[in-house]
Amino acid sequence: MSLLSISGVSKRYGSVTALDQATLHVEPGTLTAIVGASGSGKTTLLRLIAGFEMPDQGTITFDALQIAGPLRVVPPHKRGIGLVAQEGALFPHLSVGGNIGFGLESRSDHAAVTALLDAVELDPSIRSRMPHELSGGQQQRVALARALARRPKLMLLDEPFSALDAGLRTNMREMVKRRLQAEGVTGILVTHDQQEALSFADQLAVLEGGQVVQAGSPRELYLQPKTEMLARFLGDALIIDGIAATGEIDTPLGRVRVARATADGPARVMLRPEQVRLVSWSEGTPTAEIVSASFEGPITVVTFRANGGLFTLKVPSADAPVQGRASIVLIGTGHVIPQ
Amino acid sequence: MFAIAGLVTAVNLIPLGFVLWVAVSSGWDEVVTLVFRPRVAELLVNTIWLEAITLPAAAVLGVGLAWLTERTALPGSRWWSALMVAPLAIPAFVQSYAWNSTVPQLHGLAGAVTIALISYLPFVYLPVAAQLRRLDPALEDGAAVLGKGSSAIFWRVVLPQLRWPVCAGALLVGLHLLGEYGLFVLMRYDTFATAIVDQFESVYNGPAANLLGGVLVLCTAALIGFETLLRGDRRYARLGAGAARQPVQHELGVWFWPALALLALVALLSIGVTLGTLLRWLVMGGAGIWRLDQIGAALWQSVAYAVVGGVITTVLAVPMAWLTVRAPGKVQRLMEAAHLYVGALPGIIVALALVSITVRVALPLYQTAATLVLAYILMFLPRALTGLRSSMAQAPVELERAAQSLGRPPLMAIAQTTMRLSAPGIAASMALVALGIANELTGTLLLAPIGTRTLATKFWALTGELDYVAAAPYAMLMIALSLPLTVLLRRQADRALRA
Repeated sequence: MSLLSISGVSKRYGSVTALDQATLHVEPGTLTAIVGASGSGKTTLLRLIAGFEMPDQGTITFDALQIAGPLRVVPPHKRGIGLVAQEGALFPHLSVGGNIGFGLESRSDHAAVTALLDAVELDPSIRSRMPHELSGGQQQRVALARALARRPKLMLLDEPFSALDAGLRTNMREMVKRRLQAEGVTGILVTHDQQEALSFADQLAVLEGGQVVQAGSPRELYLQPKTEMLARFLGDALIIDGIAATGEIDTPLGRVRVARATADGPARVMLRPEQVRLVSWSEGTPTAEIVSASFEGPITVVTFRANGGLFTLKVPSADAPVQGRASIVLIGTGHVIPQ
Repeated sequence: MFAIAGLVTAVNLIPLGFVLWVAVSSGWDEVVTLVFRPRVAELLVNTIWLEAITLPAAAVLGVGLAWLTERTALPGSRWWSALMVAPLAIPAFVQSYAWNSTVPQLHGLAGAVTIALISYLPFVYLPVAAQLRRLDPALEDGAAVLGKGSSAIFWRVVLPQLRWPVCAGALLVGLHLLGEYGLFVLMRYDTFATAIVDQFESVYNGPAANLLGGVLVLCTAALIGFETLLRGDRRYARLGAGAARQPVQHELGVWFWPALALLALVALLSIGVTLGTLLRWLVMGGAGIWRLDQIGAALWQSVAYAVVGGVITTVLAVPMAWLTVRAPGKVQRLMEAAHLYVGALPGIIVALALVSITVRVALPLYQTAATLVLAYILMFLPRALTGLRSSMAQAPVELERAAQSLGRPPLMAIAQTTMRLSAPGIAASMALVALGIANELTGTLLLAPIGTRTLATKFWALTGELDYVAAAPYAMLMIALSLPLTVLLRRQADRALRA
C-alpha cells in the first residue's frame, strides 16, 4: 500500500488554477522526484502535502490516514512530515546545534545532535556556529539534519540544491539520497532540473498545467514519454515523422525498430540524440549530408540533411563529422509517441 | 489572530462611530447655529493660513536641508543630519514655552508658524534624507551622460523622486498642525484644537465642542484628500537591485559658507534657543526647583502610563501586523485601514469620543486610568503597527513553516520564529509608543483621572501659572526621555524605504 496517496487534488488561487485533479502515489522507502516548469504547480503540491495549504478538492492520504480532504485536515505540526526548504530556512537566531535541537525531544541532547551532524557528513565542531557563518552546502546539510531529527516517514525536499553550484550539487544530491535510503525515509524532491530528477529518483512525476501528466521510473519517462512536450522536457529529442509498416517505422534517418508494435500508417517516433551515430560514409546506408557543424567543446552541434529532412544533433566532438557525408547508424529502439 | 485583530478593529472604530454619531444626532438647526457662525469661520481661516504657510515652507526647507546634509561635501554631515532630527526630542509645547519666555514678542500667526516649522521640520527632513540616501546614483549619471547640468539633474531627476517622501512628510506636519494644542495656546493663536479644549473646559461636554470636532475631522479629511491629489499615484521605485554605490557629493564652491550658516541657523533656532532657555531657567532656579517629591511622582506616572500603554498597544498591534504580512487580502486591508485611520485623527477627537461615550454609556469609566490608556492605545496603535509590519516582513515565512514541520503548533511556531526575529522591531515599537505617551498632553488633559500629574500635564499646569522656572525640570525630563525616540525614528525612516 502506498505511503502517500494524492487523489484528484485541485487548488485554485483566485482565477489561477495551480493544481487540477492531480493524482500521485508514493510507495514507502522510495524516492520520488516531481519536475515541472515554473508555474506547473509543483510547489503548491508540496505545500499541500506539508499542510501549509488546503486542497479545494480531492484527498491526501498519508500512512493510511486522510490528512487533507473532506473527512479530516491534519495541521502541519501533527503530520510528521519533514521538510527541507529551498535555502534551508535555518533559524538565523539559533546556532547549528540549536537548529538541530529544535527538532529533538530534548533541545540539549548532545549525543543526538552529534549523531545527526555525523549522518549528514558534517564535523561535530560546527555545532556552535551560527547559520550565517556556514556555506550554502553546509546550511543545506544542517537543514537536512534538523528535519531528520524528527524521524519523519516522509521527507519533502523543496529544490534544496538549486542555490548550490554545479559540483557541490551532485555531491549533495548523492549524500541526501544515501541518507534517506539508509534511514528508510521516503523522499519527495521538487525540482525544475531534469538531470537532477532523473538521477535522484526511483519514481519521476512530471507536472504540467497542474496535472501529473506521467509518473513512472526515470528510464520509462525518458525513453517512453507519453507526449512530445514530455519528450523534450526530459532532454534533447529527435522527433521524426515516419510510416509504420510491419512493426518498424520508415523515417528519413532509416528504419527505426520500436519496442511495442504499432498500427501501420503514419507515426511519430522519438529518438534520443545518443541513439543516433554519424559514422564515416559507406555505400548503401542512410546518408547524412552535413550542412554545418558548430564546435562547443565536448560536443559539436551538427546540422544535416537526410532524405529531404533537416536535423540537428549534438555529437561527441571526438568523432563528429564536420563536412561532406556520413552514414547514419541507429542504436536501440525508438518510441512511438501516442497521437 | 483573525479574531483578536477583528476585536481591535472594532475598538478602533469608536472614534469614527463618535464622529458619525455627532453628525447624525445633531439637529440641523443646531448645526446651523453652532457651525455657521463667525467664530468657526475665524478658526477655519486661522487653520488655512497656518497650513498654507507652514507646509510649503517645511517642504522647501526639508528638501534643501536634506540635500545639503546628504549630497554635498559639507564637513560633519553626519552631525548636521543628527542635529536636523534632534528637534523631535522636544515636544512642540516645550518649544513654544521656551520661545515665549525668550522672545515674548513672537506670537500669533508668525509665532505659530515659526514654532511649528522648527518643531515639525524633521517630519519632512527624515523621509527625504532617507530617500536621497537610497536613490540610485546611476540615474543621475545617466542624466549627466545625456548632457544635463547638475541643476537640471536636481530639478528633473532628483526632485521628482522626492515627491512621495515630501508629500508624506508634509501630510504628517499638516496633521500635527490640526491636532496640536499646547503650542498654539502659548502662541495665542486659536485653532480648532484650542477652541475645542476651551469649550470643553467651560461647558464640559457640550454639543459645541463635538461639532467643532466634526469640523476638525472634515479639515483632516480635506488635508488627506489634498495630499493624495498632490502625491499622485506614480511610485518612483528603483528598478532592479543594482549595486549600492556612494552617491556623488557635490562641492558647494561659493555657497559653502552660506550653506553652513543655514544649517547652523536652523539648528540654533530649533534646538539652541530652547535648550539655552531651559538651561537659563534651571540655573536661575537652582536646586530649589527640583521638588523631587513632585517631580518624582510626575515622572513615575508618566513612565507607568508610557510603559503600560506601550506594551499593551504593541501587543494589540501584533495580530494585525502578522495578518498584513502573512495573509494579505481584501478584508485584511479594510481591517488594517481601520487600525491606521485613527493616526490621522487629531488626538483631541479620540479624547472627545471617549469622553462622550464614557459619560453617556459607561460613567464609572469616565476619567479612569483605563479610559486614558484606551485613548493612548487608539492614538498610538498606527505607530506600533507600521513599525511591527516592516520588521515582521523581514522574517521569511519559510521559518514559520519549518518550525511547524518540526512539530510546533502554529502560534508557537510564529512565536519562536517571526516574533523572535522581530524582537528588536517589537521593542522599538513599544519604545516609540511609550515615548509618544510620555509627551502626550491634549488627551491626557481631557481624560486623566483627577489628581493625575504626568510630566506633560504638570509642566502645563506650571506654565499656566506662569511659573516658567519651576516648569523647566519637567521640560528637561521630557526631552531626556525623548532622545531615544529620535534615534529610533531615524532608523525607521531608513527601513521603511527599504521594505
